[in-house]
Amino acid sequence: MEPRLLLSDFLRQDLGLTGTHVGCEHGVCGACTVLLDGEAVRSCLILAVQADGHEVATVEGLGSVEDLHPLQAAFRQAHALQCGFCTPGILMTLVPFLDEHPNPAESEIREALSGNLCRCTGYQNIVDAVKLSTPVPAGW
Amino acid sequence: MKPAPFAYHRPETLDEALAVLAAHGGEAKPLAGGQSLIPAMNFRLARPAVLVDLNRITELSGIRQGGDGLHIGAMTRQRAVERDPIVARDAPLLAEAMPFIAHPQIRNRGTVGGSLAHADPAAELPAVMLALDAKLQVRGPAPRGVRSIPAGEFYTGLFETALAPGELLVDVTVPRAAPRSGSAFAEVARRHGDYALAGVAVRVTVDDAGRCREARIALLSVGDGPVLARKAAKAITGESPTPEAIREAADVAAAKDIDPPGDIHASPAYRRQLVAVLVRRTLERAFERARNG
Repeated sequence: MEPRLLLSDFLRQDLGLTGTHVGCEHGVCGACTVLLDGEAVRSCLILAVQADGHEVATVEGLGSVEDLHPLQAAFRQAHALQCGFCTPGILMTLVPFLDEHPNPAESEIREALSGNLCRCTGYQNIVDAVKLSTPVPAGW
Repeated sequence: MKPAPFAYHRPETLDEALAVLAAHGGEAKPLAGGQSLIPAMNFRLARPAVLVDLNRITELSGIRQGGDGLHIGAMTRQRAVERDPIVARDAPLLAEAMPFIAHPQIRNRGTVGGSLAHADPAAELPAVMLALDAKLQVRGPAPRGVRSIPAGEFYTGLFETALAPGELLVDVTVPRAAPRSGSAFAEVARRHGDYALAGVAVRVTVDDAGRCREARIALLSVGDGPVLARKAAKAITGESPTPEAIREAADVAAAKDIDPPGDIHASPAYRRQLVAVLVRRTLERAFERARNG
């Protein structure tokens, strides 16, 4: 593989995992957020070769249409998405955040979302979805 | 593919990395966390012919307390510093500033050394290290070998540092704070995590009578690099930190220590106003902490 291939492009083009979206491709919008060894990172700011030997989790690993992750179910219930383009990145940002902060204050939720751009919702319903999910039970 | 082609090296040791850098001269660029370099490469504003990925060099990562202060390896992730209990106890200014650096996703990947060596004038870590009078350890080829550069001499211009070609920043040492020291950090950005329009990191020490013995006031986003507000520090040193004395020092910082740039986000006058307010607020908090600590 060419070393200049970004992890985001490797996931989408080589593995066909198109759940990870690419927006700005310079680390601002957060749409391409995935977990690298359990931590949220921008996959457009990592070379695919750098993930060698590490565990990468994408939105495809979160839940399925038949069996939604509790956070995905809360997003559906609270109408936390409209066009849905930013949603995978937001979910992958929030999952480790909620593991670390199982019962966050609203200000903490908004700060956690600060690295993800959403141009549809105005964020309010996303915050509501997180509140619906919290406090999160251990091992959710 | 977004970045232009490059030859990729992934050394496992510092010696190996230095050898690769030496072999390629100015053509090679070290890759730390990549949170500034890879965006620049995606835009093709940066087109290094050779990329030396430092991420497998475990000896460059870690936080430990040494005889001369707190040592932070250059490849230590910003998130690790943010969560570290030793940092919170021994370098509270650093701990306070960490959450202001971009977003968690960036801090999970970004490194201390990467930010310090990148020398973005809007970056938090250079100003914090300047306020803490930190020493930056650099390694390079002979004859220079190992050098220790005070933060105050490390920054030489816009995105410019004292690093010579082939040299790598390997460690930053934060000296132990004197007794009765206090610190504080504040910045103003349009959204949390955006580049700051202005920011301030201060550390002060008071004497038995509560007078200011030393003040280090470092400003960000108001010059070509981090700016040490020497005139403001001189104005407060030896004084009792009354609200009036603090306000005077803050006004000196805004009026005499800086020549801030104007851009679409803030005019020079607005940046001066921000500096006056932020220096006043951080000095108030830092002196209170020094008195209580």
